[in-house]
Amino acid sequence: MAYSEKVIDHYENPRNVGAFAKDDPTVATGMVGAPACGDVMKLQIKVNEQGIIEDAKFKTYGCGSAIASSSLVTEWVKGKSLDEAAQIKNTDIAQELALPPVKIHCSILAEDAIKAAIADYKTRHGS
Amino acid sequence: MNYFQLFQVPAQFDLDLTELGTRYLELQRNFHPDNFAAASERDRLLAVQQAANINDAYHSLKQPLLRAEHLLALRGVKISHEQRSFTDTAFLMQQMELRELLADILHSTDPYALIDEAEQQIQQQKKLLLKQLASALDANQPEQDLLAADIIRKLKFFFKLQHELELIEQQLQD
Repeated sequence: MAYSEKVIDHYENPRNVGAFAKDDPTVATGMVGAPACGDVMKLQIKVNEQGIIEDAKFKTYGCGSAIASSSLVTEWVKGKSLDEAAQIKNTDIAQELALPPVKIHCSILAEDAIKAAIADYKTRHGS
Repeated sequence: MNYFQLFQVPAQFDLDLTELGTRYLELQRNFHPDNFAAASERDRLLAVQQAANINDAYHSLKQPLLRAEHLLALRGVKISHEQRSFTDTAFLMQQMELRELLADILHSTDPYALIDEAEQQIQQQKKLLLKQLASALDANQPEQDLLAADIIRKLKFFFKLQHELELIEQQLQD
């Protein structure tokens, strides 16, 4: 199966790979996985006092589409409020990366990862 | 289709694989095209279809995860084509750590020690989860069936890790 140019670009030059310090109170983490293919995705956001996502990092073990989806999401969420970031839809990710139908679940995983990170932030900050 | 019925074995997770293999050969013989050379067109086609069912059933029943999925599907819990993300954070953290361990192997000065360590952890967890799966499925209760579905999801991650580890071992040997 041929990957789109955008997927290859994110796969070869992933943006924002890595992790923030675990004990940083401004950091929240979303962990999700896809049992069918064994992919594991960790997405972290760093949120400032105004509730804006200042920075984001990810680590994904999976196929090229899963890596590209999470890499793209870390780019998209920077500068967004938590509510804005929660609006990101897997269909937007799939469209941007031109994912074929069999790889749609990778974009679902990335959407669920950012949602999980936002939920983690809200739990930690009691809002 | 109920594969257990087709093979006339009890609809349970714990199966006698020798018996299953014997039953497979019997069924394959019974539905072999040679037996239907003189039969009607309709019977010939039915025999071909049944032979295909027998192959599918054997493929599913002999593998623990597919057998468990089939058993759950018969009980109304279908998970084979689900696209829902798995969100057990503690479990996924552990998966992440194992993936990191695997990633270290190729750069290690003593890769085989790391392979042994990963292999041991994977086998140990798989064994434990398979045991939990067997007892959840044996209970044959809706709540336990949902638990079983979750255990299957976890096992899929471990089977994937096992596969990744095998690829790394091949890479080392090349």
